[in-house]
Amino acid sequence: MADKALQLEECVRAAADARDAHVREVVRWHFSGETGTPIWLRWAEKAGWNPAEEVQGFADIVERFENFDDESLRKEPHEEWIPRAFADRPFTIFETGGTTGMPKQRIGWDDYKHDYEEFSQTLSEEAFPRGGYWLMVGPTGPRRLRLAIEHLAHHRKSSCYFVDLDPRWVKKLIRNKEMDQARAYMSHVIDQAVLILNNRKVDVLFTTPKLLEALSEELSIPDAGITGVFCGGTEMSPQTTRFLVEEVLEGRTQLVPTYGNTLMGLAVHKPGFEKEGFSITYYAPQPRAVLRVTDLVDPQKQVDYDEWGRVELTTLTKELFLPRFLERDEAIRRRPVAEHPWDGVAQVRPFGAQKENIVEGVY
Amino acid sequence: MGSVPHFPILRAGVEYSSLDRVELKSYREGVVMASVSQANAGLIRRDMKKLDRAKAALDGVAVGELIERLASAARIFLTEELPLNESGDRQTADEYVACLSATSGMPHAMCRANMQKIAGVMGDMPTILAGLMRGMAPGILDTGVGKHGEVGVWYTAQARALGVVLPSNSPGVHSLWVPAVALKIPVVLKPGREEPWTPMRIAQALFAAGIPREAVSLYPTDHEGAAAILENCGRALLFGDESTTRQYADNPAIEIHGPGRSKVLLGADEAANWSDHLDVLLESVARNGGRSCINASSIVVPSHGDEIAQALAERLAGIAPLEDDDRDAKLCAFANPKFAEGIDAAIQRGLEGGGAEDVTARYRKGERRREYRGGSYLLPTIVRCDSIEHPLANTEYLFPFASVVEVPQDEMLAKIGPSLVVTAITKDEGFVSELMSTPLIHRLNLGPVPTIKVEWDQPHEGNLFEFLFHRRAFQRAPSW
Repeated sequence: MADKALQLEECVRAAADARDAHVREVVRWHFSGETGTPIWLRWAEKAGWNPAEEVQGFADIVERFENFDDESLRKEPHEEWIPRAFADRPFTIFETGGTTGMPKQRIGWDDYKHDYEEFSQTLSEEAFPRGGYWLMVGPTGPRRLRLAIEHLAHHRKSSCYFVDLDPRWVKKLIRNKEMDQARAYMSHVIDQAVLILNNRKVDVLFTTPKLLEALSEELSIPDAGITGVFCGGTEMSPQTTRFLVEEVLEGRTQLVPTYGNTLMGLAVHKPGFEKEGFSITYYAPQPRAVLRVTDLVDPQKQVDYDEWGRVELTTLTKELFLPRFLERDEAIRRRPVAEHPWDGVAQVRPFGAQKENIVEGVY
Repeated sequence: MGSVPHFPILRAGVEYSSLDRVELKSYREGVVMASVSQANAGLIRRDMKKLDRAKAALDGVAVGELIERLASAARIFLTEELPLNESGDRQTADEYVACLSATSGMPHAMCRANMQKIAGVMGDMPTILAGLMRGMAPGILDTGVGKHGEVGVWYTAQARALGVVLPSNSPGVHSLWVPAVALKIPVVLKPGREEPWTPMRIAQALFAAGIPREAVSLYPTDHEGAAAILENCGRALLFGDESTTRQYADNPAIEIHGPGRSKVLLGADEAANWSDHLDVLLESVARNGGRSCINASSIVVPSHGDEIAQALAERLAGIAPLEDDDRDAKLCAFANPKFAEGIDAAIQRGLEGGGAEDVTARYRKGERRREYRGGSYLLPTIVRCDSIEHPLANTEYLFPFASVVEVPQDEMLAKIGPSLVVTAITKDEGFVSELMSTPLIHRLNLGPVPTIKVEWDQPHEGNLFEFLFHRRAFQRAPSW
């Protein structure tokens, strides 16, 4: 036991060193004249210090950068975000989730391919067989996810069907209390997925927890031939996860929960959540992204292990430097594990969700 | 019960323990009374697909047998120690009353009175069914066909189950769904947050009496779960205020039980005799802590409004919070103090707008809202309003609250609006005939009958049998 603990400590230290080396490299890249990104070069001018020289590790990012204001992703021209080293390459514009109004946009080149190829290594060969067919039911459109899933399928020698769900339309319907319309739209999406599953052989499904539930109300997912499901995009409480594993997937199809977004990439879950009260812990694709669970009052401070706090993301790739962005999520901070020797985030849910458990009407 | 008992979900009678729990606390000391398993909506929707099985289980028992088993369930419900879960937590009748009181704020004596009411319905199914089915032999539920008088009839169930989204205000409400079991319709219940105790105790009594377990599903859940119940049973009852019920208002498969806005009307012929009827008025306003939709929230009179308001106020001002187990306790605490604050503030705003006076304030010692031994109470309040259009004149609150308002007799029916119960104290034949023909009144009590008095052979807010069954045409060839 003591040996194992020591080993883990060692791994954690090594990972932190690797992270700090990566931080230095990426910061130098975005803040130096030849390769740098206009928006960060201007930032450094104003700030009056040179991150390229002064940032030695992740601790400096926490100390010397404020929480990133995502408004600039809505307002600034894309050119501001192109590192000079990428100046000649056309880019892809990705938009974030279901927000209305001007969406946040991130430009990118190959990051998503790296993220999903790395993620592919965590998938089992039985549940996610190579050479099979996949189906994605969820937000496609201008989202990174759609390209990422297709890339992952191709990477595993598979091809993918797509059924689109426009989350912005759903949000609008719900906000206008047009519940009948929202339900009709949901059935429209599910009907298309059922049609494909009834007429084509599909091995792997990517969808959201809600859509997975709805789909299982129309057909048996294991009987439809699906061996692996990965699922993400919205909150999965331990009870929801258990319900998905035991009932929706009938204990026969493997569930791979994921947590990701356009800005971060894809965090993998720690296997064996069934034995941990179905509480899912995710680990960011460090060092390309670092997650911290922060104190609500003092966002520089992390909360203690096993405490709730707000999720903070730092993205550290040559395509994007995004320091200390506060996600609209809260989570429990979890300890490092051997496979991912850095902090994890568990039971991710929308920020402020705990306040919903208040009393209902009187009648 | 040493540690905190777990309150399970019942999925067609089968216990399920959720990873999502809510602690149910006593309103006074904040002691955790139970850890309540919460059902996720997807789980409910999934179960709703299998309701046919529950229906088949009840169909397998003859109605005569169900009636007998319900009668023994009534006795068991009143007297026996019953399980809360299959892990060994049990509750005697006294413990049930204590828990119910501790989380809902209702004094023991009132809990017991409601218990009697529920047992009364369970135990007297022949009378209830005769009322609901207008005297048809209940055997028709076994075969579908039979006779109503001389006329042949064929009835089929409209639903695989009756969904019920329940309130926490008073356990008496459970007497409304219980007859469904005798009608061979399984029930799918969402209990009120502070009141899971009664439906569980009824369920356990039914099981102990040999009613198939599939007959009862019980899902403590959130709004989405409630919607899953309402939309998937075929027929459902929904208790709630307007903000909750509005989206279902046009759905004929969902019967809405909103505010009752029950009233006592005095005819011009009886107005001068008001003091003879004072007890009926008091009962109507204050019995059961004013927590029922059949409590009167308005007293509408052609004259003598000031005197009536004053006399009611004087009598009601004597009512004060007491210990939960005091036999004379007549007020319920608000399990959530915010409700008391909100209601008090709404009344205050109504008074400040002019045109109304809190007559009880003249006699009451202290404020309307009172803290007593850790509980939040609202003391009885009689408001004399200048006009029935006043915002406080036709509003129902969850404590002994009523307006007294003068309206000429010939304008009353044009102005009272929909009213669950109207007690009309008049012998004026013309007025009586108008009262009998208005569509506004669900239950009419003629003469000095408190609004809160219920005869169980009469339908309450819709007839459950007619709601659940549909008569269809049926002809058989001679000698076929």
